[in-house]
Amino acid sequence: MSTEGVIYRVAGPVVTAKGISPKMYDVVHVGTEKLMGEVIKIVGDYSIIQVYENTSGIKPGEPVSNTGLPLVVELGPGLLTSVYDGIQRPLPVLRDKMGDYIFRGVTAPGLDRKKKWDFTPVVKKGDEVEAGQVLGTVMEGTMLHKIMVPISIKKGKIDSISAGMFTVEDTIAEIDGVKVMMMQKWPVRVPRPVSEKYQPDVPLITGLRVLDTMFPLAKGGAAAIPGAFGTGKTVTQQSLAKYSDAQIVVYIGCGERGNEMTEVLTEFPELVDPKTGQSLMNRTVLIANTSNMPVAAREASVYTGMTIAEYFRDMGYDVALMADSTSRWAEAMREISSRLEEMPGEEGYPAYLSGRLSEFYERACRAKSLCGEDGSISVIGAVSPPGGDLSEPVTQNTLRIVRVFWALDTKLRERRHFPTINWLTSYTMYNKQLEGWYKKNVAEDFPQLKSWAMQVLQKESELQEIVQMVGSDSLPDEQKITLEVAKMIREIYLQQNAYHPVDCYCPIARQYVMMKLIKKYSDLAEKALKAGISVEKIAYVPVRQRFNQAKYEENIDSELEAVGKDMDTQFAALGV
Amino acid sequence: MANVKVSKEYKTISQIAGPLVFVKKTDPVGYQEMVNVRLSDGSMKRGQVLDSSEDLVVVQIFEGTTGIDRAASVRFLGETMKMPVSKDMLGRVLSGAGEPLDGGSKIIPEKELDIEGAAINPWARDSPADFIQTGISTIDGMNTLVRGQKLPIFSASGLPHNEIALQIARQAKVIGENEEFAVVFIAMGITNEEKQMFMTEFERTGALKNAVVFLNLADDPAVERIVTPRLGLTTAEYMAFDLGMQVLVIMTDVTNYCEALRQVGAAREEVPGRRGYPGYMYTDLAQLYERAGKIKDKKGSITQIPILSMPGDDITHPIPDLSGYITEGQIVLSRELHRSGIYPPVNVSSSLSRLMNSGIGKGKTRDDHKAVSDQMYAAYAEGKDLRGLVAIVGKDSLSAKDRKLLDFADLFEDRIVRQGVDEDRTIEDTLNIAWDILKELDVDQLNRIDRKYIEKYLKK
Ligand SMILES: Nc1ncnc2c1ncn2[C@@H]1O[C@H](COP(=O)(O)OP(=O)(O)O)[C@@H](O)[C@H]1O
Ligand SMILES: [Mg+2]
Repeated sequence: MSTEGVIYRVAGPVVTAKGISPKMYDVVHVGTEKLMGEVIKIVGDYSIIQVYENTSGIKPGEPVSNTGLPLVVELGPGLLTSVYDGIQRPLPVLRDKMGDYIFRGVTAPGLDRKKKWDFTPVVKKGDEVEAGQVLGTVMEGTMLHKIMVPISIKKGKIDSISAGMFTVEDTIAEIDGVKVMMMQKWPVRVPRPVSEKYQPDVPLITGLRVLDTMFPLAKGGAAAIPGAFGTGKTVTQQSLAKYSDAQIVVYIGCGERGNEMTEVLTEFPELVDPKTGQSLMNRTVLIANTSNMPVAAREASVYTGMTIAEYFRDMGYDVALMADSTSRWAEAMREISSRLEEMPGEEGYPAYLSGRLSEFYERACRAKSLCGEDGSISVIGAVSPPGGDLSEPVTQNTLRIVRVFWALDTKLRERRHFPTINWLTSYTMYNKQLEGWYKKNVAEDFPQLKSWAMQVLQKESELQEIVQMVGSDSLPDEQKITLEVAKMIREIYLQQNAYHPVDCYCPIARQYVMMKLIKKYSDLAEKALKAGISVEKIAYVPVRQRFNQAKYEENIDSELEAVGKDMDTQFAALGV
Repeated sequence: MANVKVSKEYKTISQIAGPLVFVKKTDPVGYQEMVNVRLSDGSMKRGQVLDSSEDLVVVQIFEGTTGIDRAASVRFLGETMKMPVSKDMLGRVLSGAGEPLDGGSKIIPEKELDIEGAAINPWARDSPADFIQTGISTIDGMNTLVRGQKLPIFSASGLPHNEIALQIARQAKVIGENEEFAVVFIAMGITNEEKQMFMTEFERTGALKNAVVFLNLADDPAVERIVTPRLGLTTAEYMAFDLGMQVLVIMTDVTNYCEALRQVGAAREEVPGRRGYPGYMYTDLAQLYERAGKIKDKKGSITQIPILSMPGDDITHPIPDLSGYITEGQIVLSRELHRSGIYPPVNVSSSLSRLMNSGIGKGKTRDDHKAVSDQMYAAYAEGKDLRGLVAIVGKDSLSAKDRKLLDFADLFEDRIVRQGVDEDRTIEDTLNIAWDILKELDVDQLNRIDRKYIEKYLKK
């Protein structure tokens, strides 16, 4: 089989080559500058290649060589805190090599080859091991990085294994004569195997009230956040990356803004992970392939991120993967497909759009890994529907797969109701599965409180329709109170300011306390009405002002306690 | 512009369609290479390779294909498009293709730069955080602009976006700093009258000496419009990151630019995306907008104020929509406010500055800034809703508190939104006006403001 050929045609990121006879998805080097590309279509003697770097100036007749290998990521110590482009080139290394701008033709390996890691074996000479089994560990910051038997070695006996300082390429063990190093390579488009998948039944706790209480995502599940521009997709994703109780975070900036990546890069190292006391960056891998970087690398970026997430899942960790935005990934597919002159499907997207989306989201799971540990990947995908219209293909195909839908709402944004998650249209299909966890870990009556709150909000929306026609004056008193309670749920509970030092994160126990207080107000108000007290008086008890402010106070928990007491005394003063 | 290297001439044009010329039987030609076409009357046109294969090369002609026939000869220049740049460009007026229009001498380049630019490595970016005071309350107070931001004006035909852009260019300053400042003005398909307006204003205020002007007018070839912003932004990058200047780029009208993209796409018989615009328009626009920013360890910055008109006043149209997905917010103009005589007619509710939080607060603007703007947003939105209700049920059926919100919406439009074309408000002015109208609400309606600020600033 021949591996050397020449360029026949160049049209943007798509190059056609003659003479190589590749397999699908082989990585090739294109042109005299050896730009990296991937074979995405084979037609007779012509191979069609998507190129991960800018192709301007590249000419027909330049050489093309086939590596014969698919696109892989490097897995091993050194992944955490890394910042990569869509094909795992470390951005800091690229800057050292070529300055502030990204030019082409520069390669940089995903893992540092020089750095040494302290390897401690957990198996010994003579032990029988299997694919995925843990051979030993390395401390990477505060994370225990488990070095696993490569999947390619099904079974074998340890000939030798040694403790000490090693680079990722040094031999740490020999299994049946095969040398094993800490670094593994894995093709990005192939899911890594697990031994068994489970039904998720633990929520990913995020510290966002509207999510944890109303529309929780299970660890190992997938959620979509669609929203028009400016509705809060990125801020929500970043909040989840900061505060969710995942052990590892893979954040993929897929075709979005450069400055947003800078924001993550400057903010995360400063933020402290409450569980470890370490910088948040220590549990994070960032993939930044911004909108102006090559589209083919954007297409690859989600797979690169997912494969890294799977690698940590295989060690038994709970991983959260954010992709901002999956629409830009879909557009990259569309752009490449149209250069291939493929028959377009809906709105110009390729017909395989829905297949690719499901393959991607299906890699979210809770599973027992080959080493016997439980791990999970929760996937949160932002969707950017054109014109905010959810009937478009990316949103629709995504909603057919994911079980959690957080609908961002432009109307709420205009009122600065953040997060703009619409409580009437959003949903989670994990309610039943997670109920047990909430009862056990938060409070027996938590699910009940939650459905009470949802009912109040539902009622409010019905009443609003009447108010729009006849004004609120004509409503009966109980309904006026319902509107007041709904307003409290919206303003105190659902609204949460991502930029406020106290309000940005609300522990689940506190969420319960806050909801309980709103219920308490509602109950007292009902009693007061029965006792003949006017709606005006009930609606303007001074404690409401204090309650509104409480979530911004440094001593929030004692404030909330005080709010409860004030409610009692103030309603008592009204004669309840 | 580009150095003409000795190279073969081809007389093998096989097809001419729209702005495209198809050339056969060439030696290998580079993708995006520059092209000269010599017409039978001896005149020259320039173009760029869009698709290059062994058998056929597709060339996009910037000046349009009028007058080209199959006998025209084509010369490939062996390099991609370059822009000669130098400090002496300040004060110059150039065409949309970068040729001097002001009768001045040719620019003697200090450097020749590739006009496509390259993506800034996200790792090399510096976060924009310096507050730019534009003197316009709806921007400074409610949608703050910072250095290195890209903040477009979403306008529509007949609205005063040009006046606003000029007011910003005239008044913009970073408080307490005295650095080298330059304006790069990029006109894409604007009318001659609009051009006059900008040029007169630049001359009147003396701004021209610190500006570089690129003019592609409505009657200039549409395809040239695809190059014009790239020339301008390349110049801006040179001034910001080589010369260390604070550069403000005004680009108008992005809608005309997108129409040109659509035209080229159609001529290439590409599969169109939404409403006939190319599927790659997001990526293409990003390659312009993302050239704004700051770079670590470099003094300069590029701040962009692109102007676009929303066809049919529709913010969901692909041009504003894709722009909004890329830029760091948007200033939306409202026909309704304009009709009621309010200048600048900024629709605050749908406007946004995504970088506002990093540019405001203690030490930058004022400690109460965030709270005050959040409160005004919320109260104004509620007040506007009530207007709808009042139209149906009358003002009498409103509660006392609701009436205050209703009045607040009017006050907000009259005192915060409305201001003079030459009225340059400091951020202190803006925030003081804000408190002056917020005091018309009850204290318990100020639910977005920390008590400490209420105590400090609210004067009953
Ligand atoms: N939870 C939040 N709290 C406060 N402000 C928010 C929140 N979410 C969004 N915002 C505001 O909305 C703006 C746009 O949010 P962003 O996440 O960038 O939108 P998108 O990614 O959907 O375009 C932010 O810059 C911020 O001002
Ligand atoms: Mg976003």
